[in-house]
Amino acid sequence: MATKGPIHDPVADPMIDPRTGEYAVIAPGHNFKSVTQKIAGIVLTSNTPLGWFFGLMVGGAVATGVVIGCTWLFLKGTGIWGVTIPGAWGFAIINFVWWIGIGHAGTLISAILLLFKQTWRNSINRFAEAMTIFAVVCAGTFPLIHVGRPWLAYWLFPYPNTMNVWPQFRSPLAWDVFAVSTYATISIVFWYVGMIPDFGTLRDRATMPFAKYMYGLLSLGWRGSTRHWIRYESASLLLAGLSTPLVLSVHTVISFDFAVAALAGWHTTIFPPYFVAGAIYSGFAMVLTLAIPIRKFYNLEDLVTLRHLDNMAKVMLGTGGIVAYGYGMEVFMSWYSASHWEFFMMWNRMFGPMGWAYWILILTNIAIPLTTLWSRKLRVNVTYLFILSLIVNTGMWFERFVIVVTSLYRDYLPSSWGTYRATRWDYMIYVGTMGLFTFLFFLFVRFLPMIPMSEIKMMLPQTKVKRGGTDAETAVEETV
Amino acid sequence: MPPREGIYGLIAEFNTPSELVHATEQARAAGYRRMECYTPYPVEEAAEALHFHKTRVPLVCLLGGLMGVTTAFLMETWVNVWGYPLNIAGRPLFSWPAFIIPAYEWTILFAGLSAAFGMIALNGMPQLYHPVFNAPNFRNGATTDKFFLCLEASDPKFSLSETRAFLEQFPAISVVEVDH
Repeated sequence: MATKGPIHDPVADPMIDPRTGEYAVIAPGHNFKSVTQKIAGIVLTSNTPLGWFFGLMVGGAVATGVVIGCTWLFLKGTGIWGVTIPGAWGFAIINFVWWIGIGHAGTLISAILLLFKQTWRNSINRFAEAMTIFAVVCAGTFPLIHVGRPWLAYWLFPYPNTMNVWPQFRSPLAWDVFAVSTYATISIVFWYVGMIPDFGTLRDRATMPFAKYMYGLLSLGWRGSTRHWIRYESASLLLAGLSTPLVLSVHTVISFDFAVAALAGWHTTIFPPYFVAGAIYSGFAMVLTLAIPIRKFYNLEDLVTLRHLDNMAKVMLGTGGIVAYGYGMEVFMSWYSASHWEFFMMWNRMFGPMGWAYWILILTNIAIPLTTLWSRKLRVNVTYLFILSLIVNTGMWFERFVIVVTSLYRDYLPSSWGTYRATRWDYMIYVGTMGLFTFLFFLFVRFLPMIPMSEIKMMLPQTKVKRGGTDAETAVEETV
Repeated sequence: MPPREGIYGLIAEFNTPSELVHATEQARAAGYRRMECYTPYPVEEAAEALHFHKTRVPLVCLLGGLMGVTTAFLMETWVNVWGYPLNIAGRPLFSWPAFIIPAYEWTILFAGLSAAFGMIALNGMPQLYHPVFNAPNFRNGATTDKFFLCLEASDPKFSLSETRAFLEQFPAISVVEVDH
């Protein structure tokens, strides 16, 4: 992500600062006021676009799938799903890992890129964080309904009880509870802390008394005091520093759910890094899936520029490469380990009755993205990126399908071999969570500032403080 | 609390961060101490001009993290060794390597919550009322595009006429009194 040096590329030309030769992250011509108006206007407008209502309704309608599916599930039990022995883990676990992986890009953008001072992240971090939280909501649904008796799911937590029963901390499933609940909590706190100054702005720009009141409460009385800002910046940096090991640990712990089991196809040390890379890969794909229509719909091309899309595509190229290495290593180790079981598992995964899933995975996750993303022309082609992001999300779902199902359904004892078939209830709940995600996201876009105003302001050239009292140049920039 | 006498301070509004920082430095040099800048985004130079360097947020965060790791590890040890001992494939009851993972997560959980709530508490938030909101131009600019310097009346050097004259020597858009 080089930022210096003139690159003679017609696509990027308007983004190069003529004075410094640096890439501007935000289109030129913006000042503090215009940025505020543009972002706050989306939230504070009294004319909600019709498309928003349409999207919310579609999301809500699809989300009823979760309600209906879960109601029937609670009435009848997990027998309505396709899970059976030996395929005891099905859609619920696949979807759980898929959703939580999608969430990881949000944390990566908000935390890791902040630590690396990648200022381009400022435009996309808020909605990437929102994506994280909504993805965790969808992900968290699955383990809860998968426990069989969801009304007793709180038994997972260590709490003093009259039965004197406690969790067993040697189990990766207990680790999962800690990892995912911490992840959800810290993501929400980080997200909220990031929005406090923007709530202050919204409170001051709102005209409706109710909006003033609500944003005023949410802002906790933020007034932009410098001492507050310094503590605020310190807390943000600390939260970023804490979220970075957190995001890496969460998917590591999830991979332990598999890797700690003594099952060929799961029992491998490569799982933690390969799961984390896969999570970020699918998460960036999801950010693109969301960012591309939103920037178009709300005319945010100035703030979420082609440079952002290009950078995200590059991250996908990098993490996709790691994922490809992971797949390659799995195949290599199944041969190199000289283990009969490992070898059979891989052969069965590729050429067994469910081999089609493996080849879809290779096609969508490796063959299509990793051959095309090298081209800058395609990386800044918005339509192509959008389609590609959907392809990669499909591929990452199939990755979890392949890991969960093809390792389980033919294990050590041929007499216990079976197969796995998802039922309509599996599909209904899965598709329903996509609706839930869309529904929550539409609410977010309408009622919360989806781009952090204060952080965008920090990226404008007007922020440079000039010593010595001459403000002539700054004043000129102000009027641009 | 008895009703306060007089005003909270004088607030000057600036167009650019450079003007604000310059005025703040001059005010500090002139001997003013009780003052505060209000900006729409963090201006580090303003904090330097105010000589505000140290925050206790990192310390609170560290203490939270230490509390998290201790709490989680001791809880796991008590639960699995004394509270509810289970023989899992013959492994020792005190399986400390396995206990590290939840302890690690709670370190982050406690440290993160301490950083966030510590910042909010040290900032004295939530505080929905503050005198600066009484300045008529404050809410239109402070969170959008203007930069404010408030010299507070509690400063021993503060005098309404002299301080006003002092602030008016800078290219401020306006200098107004802030009521309590």
